[in-house]
Amino acid sequence: MQNNRTSQNKTFALTKIMKSKAFSAFTSALLAIILGLLIGFLVMVIAGPEKAVLGFRTVLTGGFKKLGNVFYYATPIMMTGLAVGFAFKMGLFNIGASGQYTMGMFFALYAGFMWKLPVGIHWIVCVLAGMVGGMLWGLIPGIFKALLNVNEVITSIMFNYIGMYLVDMLIQQNATMYVATTTRTAYLPVSSQLPSLGVRNSNVNISIFIAIAIAIILFIILHMTTFGYELKATGYNKHASKYAGMNGTRNIILTMAMAGGLAGLGGAFYILAPATIPGSSMTYEPINIIAANGFNGIAVALLGNSSPIGIIFSSIFISHIQRGGTLTSLYGYKPEIIDIVIAIIIYFSAFSMLMKTAVGSYLKRSYSRRHTETERKEEADIPNPSELKDEVDIPSAVDAPPDTKKDTVRATKTEEKDAVNVTEDIKLETLQEENTAVNNLKAGEEEV
Amino acid sequence: MDIFYYLIQNTLPVMVALLLVALGGMFSERSGVINIALEGIMLFGAYIGCLFVYFIEKSSLPSQIILLLGMVVAACAGLVFSLLLSMAAVNMKADQTIVGTALNMLVPAGVLLFSKMFFMSDGVTTNINFYVRNVPVLGKIPILGELFFQNTYISVYIGILILILATVVFYKTSFGLHLRACGEHPQAADSVGINVYRMRYAGVSISGILGGIGGFFYAVGVTNGNSNGHTGVAGFGFLALAVMIFGQWKPIKILFAALFFAFLRTMAYSVALIPFLKSLNINQTYYKMLPYVATMVVLAFTSKKSRAPKAEGIPYDKGMR
Repeated sequence: MQNNRTSQNKTFALTKIMKSKAFSAFTSALLAIILGLLIGFLVMVIAGPEKAVLGFRTVLTGGFKKLGNVFYYATPIMMTGLAVGFAFKMGLFNIGASGQYTMGMFFALYAGFMWKLPVGIHWIVCVLAGMVGGMLWGLIPGIFKALLNVNEVITSIMFNYIGMYLVDMLIQQNATMYVATTTRTAYLPVSSQLPSLGVRNSNVNISIFIAIAIAIILFIILHMTTFGYELKATGYNKHASKYAGMNGTRNIILTMAMAGGLAGLGGAFYILAPATIPGSSMTYEPINIIAANGFNGIAVALLGNSSPIGIIFSSIFISHIQRGGTLTSLYGYKPEIIDIVIAIIIYFSAFSMLMKTAVGSYLKRSYSRRHTETERKEEADIPNPSELKDEVDIPSAVDAPPDTKKDTVRATKTEEKDAVNVTEDIKLETLQEENTAVNNLKAGEEEV
Repeated sequence: MDIFYYLIQNTLPVMVALLLVALGGMFSERSGVINIALEGIMLFGAYIGCLFVYFIEKSSLPSQIILLLGMVVAACAGLVFSLLLSMAAVNMKADQTIVGTALNMLVPAGVLLFSKMFFMSDGVTTNINFYVRNVPVLGKIPILGELFFQNTYISVYIGILILILATVVFYKTSFGLHLRACGEHPQAADSVGINVYRMRYAGVSISGILGGIGGFFYAVGVTNGNSNGHTGVAGFGFLALAVMIFGQWKPIKILFAALFFAFLRTMAYSVALIPFLKSLNINQTYYKMLPYVATMVVLAFTSKKSRAPKAEGIPYDKGMR
């Protein structure tokens, strides 16, 4: 990039993409995934070197053989991912997605077993019941946070345990739901099961489409409504948004309730699914274990950069490697390897933005250096200071001289258009923007 | 009266686990790093400690010596594991809550994988007996002897020793003062020549050591020398965080908070032995939920005037003033 108007058309598109927030989120997610998979591969090599390559290939490609189930297992983690990501936008860390998920699952089970409703309506009611259950479990931490200033992380962890014990007890006490001989819940009535998509040997059902639709609706809420704007504003700066007259208390409670509802839907989608044998359904075993899908939701949300659209893809990816991971047992590996990979992905995505900035600025520097050299050969054109200003697109026109003001404004506009994705961590982003700006300046200086 | 003795005797080993982990959390948070990974650190310490005991238990060493050795091993394991957190939180300036969550997820998966590969089970089971029926001399003291020196584990006394040591280090040494300064106002601490990064590393490392020991003591006193990846440490790391907040980040208050939670938990698991509670005929699960519900109630009342370290959770950046 860096300089000439004549070559701008060619280079501008690439740098624009490289600078856009969606792109930086994507590359940082990619970096975390690569590191996670690399360490997963190492674990496989240590566990059994002779079949490690074969096993690793299964992790990567095994999911394609079970595409139906990839989508089925992606649905609940998409919902919990949305639950975590949505709260992230507000600056809340909803670690309680597990409890909300379990609660939603229980409400859906209860509606499925205890209410007699006509075919076609029953499953819809069950799904809605699941949403209500999750909402309830998200609402309480929200109220604690908003009114009593209790840290939502501790509250939601406590509610994970309370919800788990409560649900397991209620299920075990209910003779209709619980089959003591199998220590699992019974098969749900067919009327309460989600309509299957009819893919052979898989549980995939209509809920994947509902989940994607919900993600798109959330995207619209976040980007096109006042509520979404207030939500993001509160996430960026709590005090500024309060000063601007936004009702923080109400927004916190509403966000947590909505997040809970999303996780609850995830629980409902998981349990209401028809299983492969006709007439049977998914079952739940109450053994006092916190639902893993809630925590996988955190991984999904982080990978998807908390953006609803990103979460659609990240949930499918996580589900894909999970399915691949279960297939590695063919080569004697344990599926827990995938849990390790997921944990490592979360670990690295917590600071991958920082690593990415380092890697990205290095790449950009070498790119710009190479490019400017060729430019110089062709034209030997010394850029004037106003053009330099144009390159440094810090979106503030404060220090720009009047003649370059137009250019700066245009740069700001494109920046805004690219900013479809507002990440949860403004600090990292500004850091990164500053970094690129500084690098650009340096590149310019070198040339002068 | 026998029931009361029984309850106290069973509360103490539970309390020690909570106390040590909460103290660890205190060191970490007062230095400015939120340590949500305590649950993972505990399980890691417990598992490595039990693994060590598993390999050494057939030797002719007396069981109490094995316990002490296991404690040292668990402390080292906790220390090493906590470096993953301090590296991310201090050097990489990552979001501490997310890193903690990742570490919490990593440990159970790792434990399950390792155990399934080498033991074909979910965890490690030891056959050693750490139980002390009667402490010589002291156990004969009326009432006090029965409360504190019978049917117990030496982990209880080690825990109390560590508490005293931690309190002295925290309040009576310059190291403790520097550590607390880094959690309240790292810029000010830096301006008088304290190395904030090093102090935060120290805080997290101490929490790793105490978390590892606490996890091992949990395995010794609560799960009878076993450790597995499925149930892990049953949320004790998170409970310890609540204990720490309830104890307002102060050692002695943390002791009483830990005692309170440990007593509730012990009561929940011995309902059948207490005639009054048994006659109420309430499902035992309600009692199991009690520690968590109590946490919520306690936090609701204490959070308004919370004395949390001011700079906790904020990565220290030299350039920011």
